[in-house]
Amino acid sequence: MNNLAQRKAVALISGGLDSLLAVKLVQEQGIYVEGINFYTGFCVEGHTHAIRKKDQSKPKRNNALWSAEQLGIKLHIIDIIEEYKDIVFNPKYGYGANLNPCLDCKVFMVKKAREWMEENGFDFIITGEVVGQRPKSQRKETMPIIQKDSGIDDRLLRPLCAKNLPETMPEREGWVDREKLMGFSGRNRKPQIALAKQFGFEDFAQPAGGCCFLTDENYSVKLSDLWKSRGEKTYELDDIMLLKVGRHIRPENNYKVIIAREEGETKYLQGYKKQYDSLRMTSHTGPMALLDGTPDDAQVNLAAAIVARYSKGRDEPVVTLVYQKKTGEQQELTVKPASPEHVLPEWML
Amino acid sequence: MIELDCRRLLCPMPVIKVQDKVNELSQGQELLAVCTDPGVQNDIPAWCRINGHQVLSIENDEDEYRVLIKVGQND
Repeated sequence: MNNLAQRKAVALISGGLDSLLAVKLVQEQGIYVEGINFYTGFCVEGHTHAIRKKDQSKPKRNNALWSAEQLGIKLHIIDIIEEYKDIVFNPKYGYGANLNPCLDCKVFMVKKAREWMEENGFDFIITGEVVGQRPKSQRKETMPIIQKDSGIDDRLLRPLCAKNLPETMPEREGWVDREKLMGFSGRNRKPQIALAKQFGFEDFAQPAGGCCFLTDENYSVKLSDLWKSRGEKTYELDDIMLLKVGRHIRPENNYKVIIAREEGETKYLQGYKKQYDSLRMTSHTGPMALLDGTPDDAQVNLAAAIVARYSKGRDEPVVTLVYQKKTGEQQELTVKPASPEHVLPEWML
Repeated sequence: MIELDCRRLLCPMPVIKVQDKVNELSQGQELLAVCTDPGVQNDIPAWCRINGHQVLSIENDEDEYRVLIKVGQND
């Protein structure tokens, strides 16, 4: 390869500040960059905004696309939903505080980026990792594991903390000047904020809980419950999307009720009426609900009473609902709304 | 014109479907993405801007968003 040719790097773009800055630092050194963003199905990005009405006053934007536009780079969004399941089910390095397989996830994403890099004739990979920033994947001991297991070795450059790490190929070959890279470490965000200001970036995303639902305790409880009820670790995209929506109440192992909490969620759940049996209040204003599993008649009536508890008719002696099977067949139900003591705390997921 | 059904998909899935379809098409061809997630009003134009394609129109018909795209130069 001609040493004078412009070198090309592919960057993992999450949509957060770190990857934005990492790319900018190497662009400043004349490197051509394109971005990759992986979609696992667990990404926080966008979904809750799309579903929940209360969030709709905020501007919706995909932060990975926004970052790419700020940087003037192409962005390739890659669906890894199916391949990612094995990472979630069998993480070689285990889970973090919740069901987050952060180290395996990073290895997998760097490996996929390496394959893309090789197929497309790029020279190296950039990430926005900072040593010591994340308890599982971004530690001095785990960073070499990512390089080794992904097969990228020293063609992985972490511009934000490069000075704290061994020299990589892009530095050794003189494609980038190590002295112009950073030596950030730890969880302090002040150096990143200062660098963003220096580059003139404003309005960048700083998600408080990371960008993945698997790091969320409540979400992980619901996913564990799903696996327990099915007797095996398994999911489809619709399953993991529905875990982000509504109240989930499981009175027994063979079924659970998913109750919309507001209008946006009702609208979203309506889209699943051909895949799940559903309940809808008719005598009073109330939420839409889906039934996941195989409830018998008595269980459907209990589910209806639970749904009624969240309706305007909660204090009435009886209310009516329509129970609609996924086949379209409908049945009217008359039930007494469940009182708070009849909805046991252990049912609430 | 080619129509792409992205109904019920939440972002970024409609963007991914548009991206994969656009990559199969030639410069100048038109693609109509029919979507239900309002997020596509921002995300598909953003994806088109950074990848050199053009959004000709976005029509909102009841709960559907019909995004018409003209394919630019593919690599």
